[in-house]
Parts: sequence; C-alpha cells; structure tokens
Amino acid sequence: MREITYLEAIREAMSQEMRQNEDIFILGEDIGVYGGAFGVTRGMIEEFGPERVRNTPISESAIAGAAVGAALTGMRPIIELQFSDFITIAMDQIVNQAAKLRYMNGGKGKVPLVLRTPSGSGTGAAAQHSQSLEAWLVHIPGLRVIQPSNAYDAKGLLKAAMDDDNPVIFYEHKLLYKTKGDVPEESYSIPIGKADVKRKGKDVTIVATAMMVHKALEAAEELAKEGIDVEVVDPRTLVPLDEETIIQSVKKTGRLIVAHEAVKRGGFGGEIVSVIAESEAFDYLDAPIKRLGGLPVPIPYNPHLEKATVPQVADIIEAVKETVHF
Amino acid sequence: MLKTIKVPSHITEEKLVSLYKEMWLIRYFDEKVDQFFAKGMIHGTTHLCVGQEPSAAGAIAALKDIDKITSTHRGHGHCISKGANVNGMMAELFGRVDGYCKGKGGSIHIADLEKGNLGANGIVGGGIPIAVGAALTSKMKKEGYVVLCFFGDGASNEGSFHESLNLASIWDLPVVFICENNQYGMSGSVKEMTRVENIADRAVSYGMPGKVVDGLDAIEIMNTVYDAVERARQGHGPTLIEAKTYRWKGHSKSDAKKYRTREEEEEWRKKDGIKRFRDLLIEEGIFTEEKAKQLQEEAKQEVEDAVKFAENSPQPSIESLLEDVYA
Repeated sequence: MREITYLEAIREAMSQEMRQNEDIFILGEDIGVYGGAFGVTRGMIEEFGPERVRNTPISESAIAGAAVGAALTGMRPIIELQFSDFITIAMDQIVNQAAKLRYMNGGKGKVPLVLRTPSGSGTGAAAQHSQSLEAWLVHIPGLRVIQPSNAYDAKGLLKAAMDDDNPVIFYEHKLLYKTKGDVPEESYSIPIGKADVKRKGKDVTIVATAMMVHKALEAAEELAKEGIDVEVVDPRTLVPLDEETIIQSVKKTGRLIVAHEAVKRGGFGGEIVSVIAESEAFDYLDAPIKRLGGLPVPIPYNPHLEKATVPQVADIIEAVKETVHF
Repeated sequence: MLKTIKVPSHITEEKLVSLYKEMWLIRYFDEKVDQFFAKGMIHGTTHLCVGQEPSAAGAIAALKDIDKITSTHRGHGHCISKGANVNGMMAELFGRVDGYCKGKGGSIHIADLEKGNLGANGIVGGGIPIAVGAALTSKMKKEGYVVLCFFGDGASNEGSFHESLNLASIWDLPVVFICENNQYGMSGSVKEMTRVENIADRAVSYGMPGKVVDGLDAIEIMNTVYDAVERARQGHGPTLIEAKTYRWKGHSKSDAKKYRTREEEEEWRKKDGIKRFRDLLIEEGIFTEEKAKQLQEEAKQEVEDAVKFAENSPQPSIESLLEDVYA
C-alpha cells in the first residue's frame, strides 16, 4: 500500500470530502497561501479557492463562533486552530455554544463542525504552545473528542468526524505530522468510538493515546526481548470511549498501565482507570494499576527538561516491569 | 398612503396595527412572567424587556421572513416579534414539554429555528459570532437572507463583539448588528463602563457605518434597520446600529436597583414607546383610541391563554433527560 504522512493523510481526508460536499469549508489563521502553521492545508487554497479555504484574522472566538453559526444554518465547517492551547480563547463558543445548542433547543438544530488542532510537546515551543488539554473537552457533554495516533487512523477518523452531525474536537499531535504509514488512496471511514488494539499481547495492557501509542509500542518491543508480552490499546476516540475493548483486554492480561502526555492530575487516564475499577475486569487484576502522565508543571523550553516532563519509553518499560513483577 | 410617517415600502397600515398589538404582547408577556416569578411559579432566572419593546418589534418588522436573528438573555421580545407563539414560550418558562425547548432551555435559551430565530443566549456577547457564521452561510450558499444580531451595551465590551464586527466587515457579510443600549449591564452603567459617547461610534474601527437611533421610536428603528438590512443584502456588508433605550425592570430577579434612581426610571417611563406609537397611529388615522384599547386587550388575553396552555402542558419525563445531547 501507498505510504504517506499523518499530515498528508489529514489534508487528503479534507480535500476528498471537500470535492464531494460543497457544504464543507475550512477556516483558520494562515491556512491560505501560507498553508497553515504546520503545512496541513498547503495547496488547498489553490484547489478550493479563498471562499472555501478562509483565511481569518487572529480572532479565535469569532472563528469558533462563526463556525458554530455556519454549522447551525447548514454548512459543515472545519476549524483549524493553530495550536490547541488557543482553545482557551475559543472556549465559550465550543463549550457554552456548540456543545449545548442542540440540547438547550430541545433537540432542534445541529452543529456539525470539526475543530482540528495540534497538541502536545516535543518541539521546544514551551508552555503556551505545547499543552495537551483534551481532558477539558472530554468533560463537556455534547462534544466528541478524537485523538488519532497514526496516518491511517487520522484519515479515516477525520472522514468520520466530517460526516458526524455533532461538534467534534480532532486532536492532532505535532510530532506525528511527519510520521508515515500505509494509507489507502480512496476515502474510508473509521467508526467514532472504536478502539484499536495496536499490538496483541497476554501479560499486560497499556492503554495509550497519541504519541504515547508509539512509545508504548517501542517499549513493548524491548520488553518482548525479556519475554514480557505487552498488549497496546489505542482508544482513538476519547468520547465516545470504547470501554468494551479496554475491559476485554484487561480481563485477558490482568494488568493495566495507562499512558498519556497530558498532565497526570485530572487527566483522561483517570477515566480509563475508573472504567476498569467499575467493571467486571476489576476482579481480574493481578497488580495495582499504574498511570503515566505529564508532570504537573508548565511545559518547559529546555529540551532536557521538556523531555523529562512527559513519559518516555524508559518510564513505560519500568512501569511494566513493576506491574508484571508485583 | 401615510401622511406623516415614512416607512419601508413593504410595511402596510395593517402591519403597523399588528405591530402595536405585538408590542403589547411583549409587555404583557414579560409582566406576567414577572408576576409568576415573584410568586415562585417560575424558577431559575429571567430577564425582562419591559420598556424596550420598540427596538425588538421595530427592528424585526424591517426583516423579510427568510431573514434570521440572534437574540440575548433579554430576548422574549425578539422571540415574539420573529413569530414565536406565546403558548410555546410560556410553556418553556414553566419547564413543560410543549415549551420551545421541551423544558430544557428555559427563558435564556429559547430558539425558534423554523422562524429564523437562532436563539437567545446565556453568555453576554455569545450570539454575536454565531450571527456572523449564519451570515456566512447565507453568503456561501447564496440564500439571500440577512442576519439581525441583537446584543446589549454590556456585550459591546466583550472580545467577541470586536472580533465579530471585524470579521463580518472584512468578509462583507450580510449581518446587521443592533445594540440595544438600555444603559446598564446588570449594575454597570454604560457611562461607567464605556468611554465612547455612543457604542455606534465603534463602527469606525471596523470600517462599517454606525447609526444611533431612538430606541423608543419603532418607526425610526424600522427605517434604519431596513436600510442597513437591504444594504447588507446587496452585498455591501454590515452596519452597527445603536438603539438608546431603557429597561424598566431590574436586571433579573432580586435586583434592588441601587445603581440608579427612581427619578431616572420615572423619566424613561414617561417616554413609553408603545404609547408614543399609539398616538402616532391615531394621529395618522390608522386606528381609533377604541381600536387601540381593543388590541391591547386582545394581547392581554393571548398571554392569559398562554398561561393556561403552559399550566396544562405535562412535565417532561425523567427518561427525556438524556435525549438530544447528540444529533
């Protein structure tokens, strides 16, 4: 199969849908001739023109709100929010408006929009451009939250997000943009709410998201050399969460490690742990659950400090060994 | 042919008569809500637009049916003028299943999408970018409608106001911004919170026309909004209109109104826009005083009927709680 990058997969998903559906358009800062801060929309304004690739002023509240209003009246906008940290400035429109309009209106109207935004650390962009704030959005009824970890998932999940009639927050990871993977040329959809077992194993389950999926897979390869057979589950969508796949995996392995880059305190890992604690899988646990997450500090600039802030492969290996040898 | 009044060409004498009744409907509706609130028969909170009827009714009379509005927390008047029925509105305030939002939205979330009312909003300034987005749809799909975006003086200090006016202007969107300056954002007076003389002066910053109108003069509002709406419809972009008005009641419940004097309130009450409109129509020979009284009574009765309708509407079932979160 053809290999393309995560970034190209996202662009291809948008372009293919925009060719099919006139109601889809994209708006955001510097997405025109500049091609977006990370180059995701490069070439799109040339194909679709400035009406459908709408370069906006630096006005996150108006960008998000205009998308809400357009969605409510029959369009299917895609917002490109330059850095996921900037969701702070768009939050009213996403949380108080987009997520709640349908419910507040007693089921009338819908807000089919996709907010695409890069999150995560590892680029030296420091505290205001490196956060992973997905847990905030997960907390809001009315939103869907997606976090693809590879090019194949990114393309299929973005297609599903564009087809969905609800506001969808689509978290991309900056360090994944250049990663390559097998991606079919034709359009395809991955169901929202379906986890993927990225590696089958029988000794321990690691539930990991975004970049941590790759780190968990790397750790699993190392651990395999020592005879420890790791299963890696990628939820892919946080809302709705495929609880069943996680529960079945833990019932099989009897051990659970949760790994994400977001600050551990109040992070989504706590939700996954709770799902297990409240399920029949709890009786199958042979060791305490471990959570790996970011340290409770703003992401620092210095590369050594930055790296030390979020879980690394060695941390995962150590956690697995402690769990397995408990 | 009207003698002294100039109105947009689609406004007939009949329309002016119905507008008069509409303003009473708004007033009686909100007076009734106020009474029920005091008696504890309506819970939550509510924001009344008594005294501000001309800016709602006059502005919306300038629109075509295809046009849309976004409203505010003080939105019962906008809702009625855009064609909502008071039965469904009162039922919503009672939290019943026949309410506009099946009892899930309440006073500050009433929307009537079929009639082009995209909704009230509990967030000050929250509806302004939404209006811009709805106008973007009109432009992109060539639907020909204009969005009339209501907000208050308080909202004009929100970031969303400034971002939205700029965006609407650079994209020449068919949206008209109408600020109902009722002099107070809760307790904060516009004099205390805003340095410019007129909120409409801010239009200069966004390269659009800014107009100040007497918010108690339904005819002036109608004409000004009509011109702005038609300008927007022709692709010439947005206008900012400021209607100077006054809310007779407090901000919401439990407002002792310590931030203003009773004398000031009395001054504004004397300028009642509904009575002024009535006198104008009598002077024009459009109706008689008797007819005016009759219309007023009819409006009162409609509100009484709405109360009966609301009282008879069932409570929503607990099972409905989880419905409609997702489409």
